[in-house]
Amino acid sequence: MTSPRPSTFLANAVRSGARSAVDVLEEHLTLIESGDSEVHAFNLVTADLARQQAIAVDRKVHAGEDPGPLAGVPVALKDNLCTRGVPTTCSSHILEGWRPPYDATVVDRLHRAGAVMVGKTNMDEFAMGSSTESSAFGPTRNPHDTSRVPGGSSGGSAAAVAAGFVPLALGSDTGGSIRQPAALCGVVGMKPTYGTVSRYGLVAFASSLDQIGPFATTVADAALLFDVIGGHDPCDSTSLNRPTPRVLSVLDDGVAGLSVGLLTEFLDGADPDVVARTREAAGALAAAGARVEEVSVPEVALGLSAYYLIAPGEASSNLARYDGVRYGLRVDAADTVAMNRATRSAGFGAEVKRRIMLGTYVLSAGYMDAYYNQALRVRTKIIEGFATAYRRFDVLLGPTTPTTAFPVGAKTGDPLTMYLSDVCTIPTNLAGHPAVSVPFGTGDDGLPVGVQLLGPALSEGTILKVAAVVEAAAPPLAPPVLAVGGRV
Amino acid sequence: MKPGWEMIIGLEVHCELKTATKLFCGCPNAFGDEPNTNICPVCLGLPGSLPVINQKAVELAMAIGTALRCEIRPSTFHRKNYFYPDQAKDYQITQYDEPINVNGHLDLPDGTRVGIERAHMEEDTGKTSHAGASGRIHGADYSLVDYNRSGVPLVEIVSAPDMRSSAQARAYAAELRAVLIASGASDGKMEEGSMRVDANVSVRRSSDEPFGTRCEIKNLNSVRSVGHAVEYEADRQIALIESGERVVQQTRHWDEDAGRTVALRSKEDAYDYRYFLEPDLVPLVPDSEWIDAVGDTMGPMPAVRRARLIELLRDAGDVAESQVDQVATVVDLGLDGLVTAAVAGGVGSGLALARTANEAATDAEAARHLDPEPYVALLTMEAAGALTATQAKAVLADLLSAGGGDPAAIAASRGFEAMSEDSLAATVADVVAAHPEDWERFCHGDDADRKKLSQFFTGLVMKATRGKADGKAVAAELQRLRT
Amino acid sequence: MAAPERLTRDEVAHVADLARLELTEDELELFTGQLAEVLDHAADVASLDLTGVAPTAHAMAVSNVLRPDEVRPGLDRDEVLEQAPSVEDHRFRVPRILGDAP
Repeated sequence: MTSPRPSTFLANAVRSGARSAVDVLEEHLTLIESGDSEVHAFNLVTADLARQQAIAVDRKVHAGEDPGPLAGVPVALKDNLCTRGVPTTCSSHILEGWRPPYDATVVDRLHRAGAVMVGKTNMDEFAMGSSTESSAFGPTRNPHDTSRVPGGSSGGSAAAVAAGFVPLALGSDTGGSIRQPAALCGVVGMKPTYGTVSRYGLVAFASSLDQIGPFATTVADAALLFDVIGGHDPCDSTSLNRPTPRVLSVLDDGVAGLSVGLLTEFLDGADPDVVARTREAAGALAAAGARVEEVSVPEVALGLSAYYLIAPGEASSNLARYDGVRYGLRVDAADTVAMNRATRSAGFGAEVKRRIMLGTYVLSAGYMDAYYNQALRVRTKIIEGFATAYRRFDVLLGPTTPTTAFPVGAKTGDPLTMYLSDVCTIPTNLAGHPAVSVPFGTGDDGLPVGVQLLGPALSEGTILKVAAVVEAAAPPLAPPVLAVGGRV
Repeated sequence: MKPGWEMIIGLEVHCELKTATKLFCGCPNAFGDEPNTNICPVCLGLPGSLPVINQKAVELAMAIGTALRCEIRPSTFHRKNYFYPDQAKDYQITQYDEPINVNGHLDLPDGTRVGIERAHMEEDTGKTSHAGASGRIHGADYSLVDYNRSGVPLVEIVSAPDMRSSAQARAYAAELRAVLIASGASDGKMEEGSMRVDANVSVRRSSDEPFGTRCEIKNLNSVRSVGHAVEYEADRQIALIESGERVVQQTRHWDEDAGRTVALRSKEDAYDYRYFLEPDLVPLVPDSEWIDAVGDTMGPMPAVRRARLIELLRDAGDVAESQVDQVATVVDLGLDGLVTAAVAGGVGSGLALARTANEAATDAEAARHLDPEPYVALLTMEAAGALTATQAKAVLADLLSAGGGDPAAIAASRGFEAMSEDSLAATVADVVAAHPEDWERFCHGDDADRKKLSQFFTGLVMKATRGKADGKAVAAELQRLRT
Repeated sequence: MAAPERLTRDEVAHVADLARLELTEDELELFTGQLAEVLDHAADVASLDLTGVAPTAHAMAVSNVLRPDEVRPGLDRDEVLEQAPSVEDHRFRVPRILGDAP
């Protein structure tokens, strides 16, 4: 059996001249035009620029050149990826109107692969959030139920793919910001191994945790997009200088003989319907020939606390540069210190301020060791805990999120409750490991449930081929009401 | 310095490394370019940009460590967080608790050994200029920022508090500058800010007492101002203590024009820098092979080169105090190669040193690039009496301005030829005959008279021969006539 | 390791100052409570005995990542200054600076 590869299908149609990139683009622009007023997946649709890119792709095809593996495939970019001359806001007033003078490495690689960028997607401000509600430009809605959040922080990218606006999108994942919205929107999302995808041009939230990754409707499409954006980049010192894991060639290898650990800590706090779907996915893997057993990794329970000390600490430093001097917003004042204060106070939203405050506090004199350094030691313990589990299991399985999509506004007043929705995704970021979320049926409310496959560093090939088996066994998901064109 | 007191000085020196590009990006490391022309996303701190370490900068930092006899260790970079408009990211990337070089020392020419606590890498800031009547930060209406210097590689060299006088502080700054130049790490141009010095100064009544409260003096932009500022600051602290007041730990600014230090801020308003490991960079772990390879590319340090020249002089006899100074000058200017080449070519070490320190040094830049061969040929002609000292100096000036040439041909084209003994004797006799009273005093006066009159007659002979006569030969002829 | 004392309002005000944020009285009140709650939750981490456990700052152990000392093209000055809030003489203009750099 071959896993479904709609983007490959689309790209091959464009490469062979069977369809033009311009046609493909216009079809998607029409869908965006008709549906995005309801979803608000995009901060900006770059229709004219996309048309130019599509024309260039078609020209190449006519000239007998190969535009690349994503020829003419429309792609949406999270609005924290720098795009030359195209506004990049991080959904923050402080960067409103800023047009970066350079492209992120991943943007460059998408161009070279023939992809067509259709726009920049909404997100939680500076990727700080789990619902896309902290965006300065208003929330994104879940296409499956517009009274619900799409998850976050890459909620715009997840919703754009779920609504059928684009077959592929890029997001960034610092504590679950790809996998959590992928689960809540019923699409595939992967956080790759730290260092496999260049961060150059990704506006930093927490540098030691941030990683760019793909959204797609299928596992194979996510693998294809990862294959295009991955690989060593000399502009990122943390980029791994070794071959990117092979993912496309192993995708249909099956799970016979593989061992899968069902992670009990992730099941403990999850809703019963989410737990039920996860166990069904485990059953499907066992039926496909994997050895499935429950496993406990007690250290992951410390992940959430450690994360909410480390990530804000790094963020408080990364976001210092928004001071009104060189770019973005300035609110004038009599002296530079007052100008910095006025600018930052007006430019950042409440969640960003909260994290900057938290991060500044945990790094400040007297608290550094009790909080920040202690969290870094916990990080070591989490890595050790996973290492023990990976001596017995090839991959771990668990729910991506404890619940299905929650109503808009349900958690905005209570930051800690909001933070708890990342409890299953955070440990992977702390360990630097890869993990992929795959849709698997729905909860009692009829909304999508995602299950997560985790593996050790550079195991993308393994987790994706296991995900492909889960995907094949998953009950069909009704397309969102907005997705006029339906799934490809 | 008031008697009965001792000063304790430690110096922190920031040295800009002589790389082609900045520490974390490929922008040119250049001084004096049009504002904001050497900038990129990295050194401008644009969102999404990431630093990558310049290999050459690491190797120059290791060269400094080698020259200062430091232990070169695995090291990491931290972020030092503070807001300031010249700081593009509002944090500085610097080495903190794991610097690349630790525990070294620098020996001063007087034999004092000054400990080096650490020599770590960090990035420079941009440059602010202040608009308004004063042109200075205080009282300015607004300021302008140029990020060309942002991200230029620096090594900060922190000495132990081992210096006890302003003379030692000056000597340390001068010797360190010479070492930085010799190691290839820096051009040592203090006037361009390539080397910037801060001094930590405290005083105490006797060497048994613990160190007093120290103040840090910033903005010392010449070796001279290091001496003056340290001297002023020690006197200020002594005056405070003697009048029953207390020295407050603070940072002070050296005002070169006013010749005094002014308080900037006290320790109470110390910043909370929130240092943490820079997540965008990975550790440096130099192995011994790499460290040795850097050491192999380095020439000998100034102290060794001075000792070599002194050794050459000693081979020829006693070494005068003035010659020790000449040796220092020659080594400081990097002209010792000319001296050793001349001595190897058979020229006396005294003459070789004197011509190099006094004449070649006037155009050190040209002299450094001069082929030693014509230089040695010229000094050989002078030593053999084929050219007078005056003629030799003129030929040397031509050699330097032309960047080389054949000294014999230059001498011939200038019409220089050594006078025959007969014609010199005739000229001397003429001059003596024209000044009988002076000659009388030369023959019968005291030593002082004789010395003065010898110069007088020599001058007249030189004038008569238009510089062709050899001063030494004239003196010998005068002596011969007298006896 | 014992968890530090509960966060106070004065500390929050001090942190806002360090972070160059201006908080209203209401924000100060709200943030003090919310941050204290997050830090209370982090007490599980702060109170663990992790003596002898090395901190992990980089998940992937890599070292000596260097680039050659070669000039690369930079940015066009006009393109950069066009993005700046205030410019004069090809430089970034800022209001009066009250103190020297630390």
